Amino acid sequence: MKSKLENNAVLELLNGKFGENIKSSEQPFDLLTVEVTSESAHEVVSWLKSEPSLAISFLTNLGAVHYPDNQGREIAVVYHLHSLINNFRIRLKAYLPIENPEIKSITDIYIAANWMERETYDFYGVQFAGHPNLKRILNEDSMDYFPMRKEYHMEDATREDKDDRFFGR
Amino acid sequence: MGKIEDLQVINGEGYQLSTLDKVIAAARKNSVWPLPFATSCCGIEYMATMGSNYDLARFGMERMSFSPRQADLLIVAGTISKKLAPILKQVYEQMAEPKWVLSVGACASSGGIFDTYSVLQGIDRVIPVDVYVPGCPPRPEQIIDGIMKIHEMVKNEPLRRRYSDEYKSLMNKYNIEGNEE
Repeated sequence: MKSKLENNAVLELLNGKFGENIKSSEQPFDLLTVEVTSESAHEVVSWLKSEPSLAISFLTNLGAVHYPDNQGREIAVVYHLHSLINNFRIRLKAYLPIENPEIKSITDIYIAANWMERETYDFYGVQFAGHPNLKRILNEDSMDYFPMRKEYHMEDATREDKDDRFFGR
Repeated sequence: MGKIEDLQVINGEGYQLSTLDKVIAAARKNSVWPLPFATSCCGIEYMATMGSNYDLARFGMERMSFSPRQADLLIVAGTISKKLAPILKQVYEQMAEPKWVLSVGACASSGGIFDTYSVLQGIDRVIPVDVYVPGCPPRPEQIIDGIMKIHEMVKNEPLRRRYSDEYKSLMNKYNIEGNEE
């Protein structure tokens, strides 16, 4: 079914409302993807939900991507949002430096973001400021690294926790 | 009760003689109550083993004990994540002596294909294991073979083994407090 909203029209609205905070955009597979500054991400998500003509009020997914070669903006926090009324999807990206990957939590806008942000913290170490309970959700609490960051070798020959006698590797 | 040859009896007119440990071992061997700790596909194979086709009940294992307190044999079937390891250890500690552990499948025995940050690379890192069953997943016949090996150990276990220094040092290695005499 066709969406009632046009990508370019929504982009224009966003540009008009947030100006400098909308840094770039693309439309792969007709999915409007907007890069916003990390400071404005919370405000953009909030506005998209409250703007009556858009009514983008469903958080499909929240996650992160690690781009190790992207100097100063290694961690991308990605928001997938959906308007159930207009059948319209949008993707927001905010880039963070890996030294201090901190962004404002959107748990005050979407309660569903609670566990998604915990998972993103668990695997990528993104600090969601204002999250009510930011602790690991899937991995063991004693883990002292963020396993989905692209910082680790695919296989480490010096590891001792795998007995090669039985695996012949 | 066990087969009569297990007891190595001396038959006479109206009586049989054997030794107490042989009688107890035969009784234990033929009434091992298993506690299934099944987490994935090996657990499905285990369920087939338990069901009417392969029928563990014919070995006196009719009753699956879902309480560790009344179990003799811990059957770990499936991938154990690092987060689950302390729970597995606690279940083992809650079992009363004498107790045995059967590790079913590649994951429980070594981590299997899950050579990754979140998976325990073999349950023998947290609890002692008596018999390993290889396979991914093993067929019910293999699991039964593992249980036969457990039976062999149960049958031949000396009564005082659990109080021996070797056994205590094994438990100490895993930081498990041994039974008081």
